[in-house]
Amino acid sequence: MSEGVTKKFMYLNRKAPYGTIYALESLEVVLIGAAFEQEVNLVFIDDGVYQLKGNQNTSVNSGIGVKDFSKTYRALEDYDIDKLYVDKDSMTARGLTEGDFIVPVQVMDSAQLAELMQQQDVILSF
Amino acid sequence: MKFSVLVNEGPYQHQASDSAYQFTKAALEKGHEIFRVFFYHDGVNNGTRLTVPPQDDRNIVNRWSELSKQYNLDLVVCIAAAQRRGILDVNEAKRQGKDSNNLADGFRISGLGQLIEAGIQAERMVVFGD
Repeated sequence: MSEGVTKKFMYLNRKAPYGTIYALESLEVVLIGAAFEQEVNLVFIDDGVYQLKGNQNTSVNSGIGVKDFSKTYRALEDYDIDKLYVDKDSMTARGLTEGDFIVPVQVMDSAQLAELMQQQDVILSF
Repeated sequence: MKFSVLVNEGPYQHQASDSAYQFTKAALEKGHEIFRVFFYHDGVNNGTRLTVPPQDDRNIVNRWSELSKQYNLDLVVCIAAAQRRGILDVNEAKRQGKDSNNLADGFRISGLGQLIEAGIQAERMVVFGD
């Protein structure tokens, strides 16, 4: 198909993990992007920072009855996906710290994120 | 310039698919190339031919089909997103044991790899969504 070409893909996750399907379906694109051996940069911004929060409980008995897919983020390293960035302002505005996340992330301020975006070939915003 | 377009929202509910259509049409009229339009999330609903909008309103689905015919435009609906939302072509309906299909002319159903390929092949990926 497009053998040999590697581009920098950024996936911009802006929405809360539940309430809408954007986060879940974004993750599906990320996995395919990795399978196509494209560079994966994952950014969590606005309510998107909640996607990485630990202790999500969505079971039928005690939650909203929707599948908890947060464990998939832990599997990302198996796909060699390790570039995960969290927007600092979004994180602090929601009372979160790095310790709340289920995977290691790099916290960046908006100037750093802007610079990172500048380096991308493709930005998919979800 | 070679563009790819990603449509993330359904017709009528959200302006994103109107904007995507206007952008795609304008780019083609200016002589640019659209490598592919990929429909994801509720965007897959742009591809159902069972849409019946009021007569005095635009027909978003037909508009895409006509553009596809005129410019040989590749309109791809994501299979996983489509299955969740009940968008099926003839083969998928048969495979899933459903009694009907609803994919509009000019659209085809395929996998997310087509979105990644669209990003690789195009010089610019333009995303229309919420």
